[in-house]
Amino acid sequence: MASASYVETQSRPAAFWGLLAAGGLFLLAAFAAFLHFEHSGHVVTGMDNQIVWGMPHVFAVFLIVAASGVLNVASIGSVFGKPIYKARAPLSGLLALAMMAGGLAVLAADLGRPDRLIVAMTHFNFKSIFALNMMFYSGFFAIVAAYLVTMMDRSLNGYSKIVGFLAFFWRLALTTATGSIFGFLIARTAYGSALMAPMFIIYSFAYGLAAFLIVQGSMYAWNGLTLDARILARMKNLLAVFVGAALYFTAVMHLTSLYFAKQTDYERFLLLDGGIYTTAFWLGQVVVGGILPLALIFAPGATQTRVIAASVLVVLGGLAQMFVTIVGGQAFPLEIFPGYAVSSTFQDGIVNSYSPVLGEFALGFGGIALAFLITVVAVRVLRFLPQDDFAALKAED
Amino acid sequence: MSERNDDRRKFLAAAAAGAGFVALAPGIRLVEIAAAKPDNEAVTARVRWGMLIDTTRCQTGCTECVSACNKENHLGEVKKPRTDAQWIRKIDLKELKTGRALSLPMMCQHCANPPCVDVCPTGASFKRADGIVLVDRHICIGCRYCMMACPYKARSFVHEPHTDQNPEVPRGQGCVEGCTLCVHRVDRGGTPACVEACAAAGHNAMLFGDLNDPESAIAKRVREVKTTQVRADLKLDLGVRYEGI
Repeated sequence: MASASYVETQSRPAAFWGLLAAGGLFLLAAFAAFLHFEHSGHVVTGMDNQIVWGMPHVFAVFLIVAASGVLNVASIGSVFGKPIYKARAPLSGLLALAMMAGGLAVLAADLGRPDRLIVAMTHFNFKSIFALNMMFYSGFFAIVAAYLVTMMDRSLNGYSKIVGFLAFFWRLALTTATGSIFGFLIARTAYGSALMAPMFIIYSFAYGLAAFLIVQGSMYAWNGLTLDARILARMKNLLAVFVGAALYFTAVMHLTSLYFAKQTDYERFLLLDGGIYTTAFWLGQVVVGGILPLALIFAPGATQTRVIAASVLVVLGGLAQMFVTIVGGQAFPLEIFPGYAVSSTFQDGIVNSYSPVLGEFALGFGGIALAFLITVVAVRVLRFLPQDDFAALKAED
Repeated sequence: MSERNDDRRKFLAAAAAGAGFVALAPGIRLVEIAAAKPDNEAVTARVRWGMLIDTTRCQTGCTECVSACNKENHLGEVKKPRTDAQWIRKIDLKELKTGRALSLPMMCQHCANPPCVDVCPTGASFKRADGIVLVDRHICIGCRYCMMACPYKARSFVHEPHTDQNPEVPRGQGCVEGCTLCVHRVDRGGTPACVEACAAAGHNAMLFGDLNDPESAIAKRVREVKTTQVRADLKLDLGVRYEGI
């Protein structure tokens, strides 16, 4: 590979401090919400004994899944040896760390006893997929950090391939485990499927690449650079493959579910008369997160702006998907006595309602803000801007 | 020569067996005594606490068991049904095909294979040797994964600061909790408050006892009549069984 001269980022100090302030404000709002929830208890949120995981989990799980997916850009470079992705590997690793940190922070802030985080790190029930996830998350930080060091420290470049391999397999295992958090819930109709794990992996590919394209596009715009058309074309087509695969998995999941008589009630709820969840599924997950981005990508003459717009839609669709999966799955009544109509003081037999409060959104956006701040600062102090070797790219063509 | 050796071996074997008996016998005896469980002894798996609920005796509209539970465990009256803790609740059922109506109390079913224990990341959800499923309030982090996993909605999250505790039943904001089978009473040889209240009201719809003891009233009853485990398809081997559904 010919040596490429590094493109230096432009400084623009005022704008940089502006970004920090904007991110800081969101983080501050999240902190205020966190203190409020912990002081008054979860009674001040929209969550209750039926919808136990709400908006914070929607954002947290999205960030964690996207974090593992964004690392794919690096994996395609190091594991599969594609030069244009290799040039993007450091940024991909950075985003993976930042988004994972954001997601975990939200998850921890929403615990009933966040003060006992140390308990969660010292007491492990090895049968629990949740405990395994915690180990995968910690390992993810260590491995991706090591991967970044081997990529950015020239004396350690030789190790980057092997650490890259490790990071690739680790992230696959991690997303499998994250999907299994839902897959292992035997009691609820919406979950309890082995398909959850591979489906979450494919979702992570799409959400992660979309997040990467948004950040990459913003960085190029900031520095007044234009992304090479060939690179743009390849990355947008990859995004289309991932979005298409996500739609395919979603379709298979619901078609198999429709086939089982015991699950038809849930499918009817989700696909036809589930109100907000039906809307979030069709309009959010399928149209905004799937069909529209595909149309934007494949319509002739795709530009950088349009690819970023498609990526933003994929992210919005991803949040809708998490809402449908997490909240929708809890809203559907748990079937304790099949064949009976039931009623009780504990909301048995009814569709559970959920009205999130502003603070829950603040907490979720706080996770995004944390990821944003980590990225902005890191990009400022270290060389994360993709450095393309155009000679090699041309030779490949 | 070899005969003498044989003799010696036999003697050594007998001596070893005798010594072994002397060494182990008191231990075996101790285990037997432990099953009776005085206060300062650990629980054993020789006991499997269980409950049998006769839905034909359970009255629609009667909430004696619920009130007794709320009083015993200082849960208070249910004022906010969405967020208040409900360890036991009455469910009114109506069979869709036939219209047959019945009422029953639903609480933690004290599974032998509890999904809440499987999923708990810290091990706060645990099952005692005698089958009672509990939450260790010291290591519960309030993640609520057990609530997602429970097929019976048997668990509640403490949504608000809580005062007026029963010292024997510690509770606290931010932790998950559920029916303890009144473990503090059972360990003293008593019965759960709900069972006592149901009997006091003259319904006698709830029977509590040791499922492992063939002579216990509950074991005899379970042998005699057909009982149902709710969501038996999940194969969780429940400690609570129902009659008449």
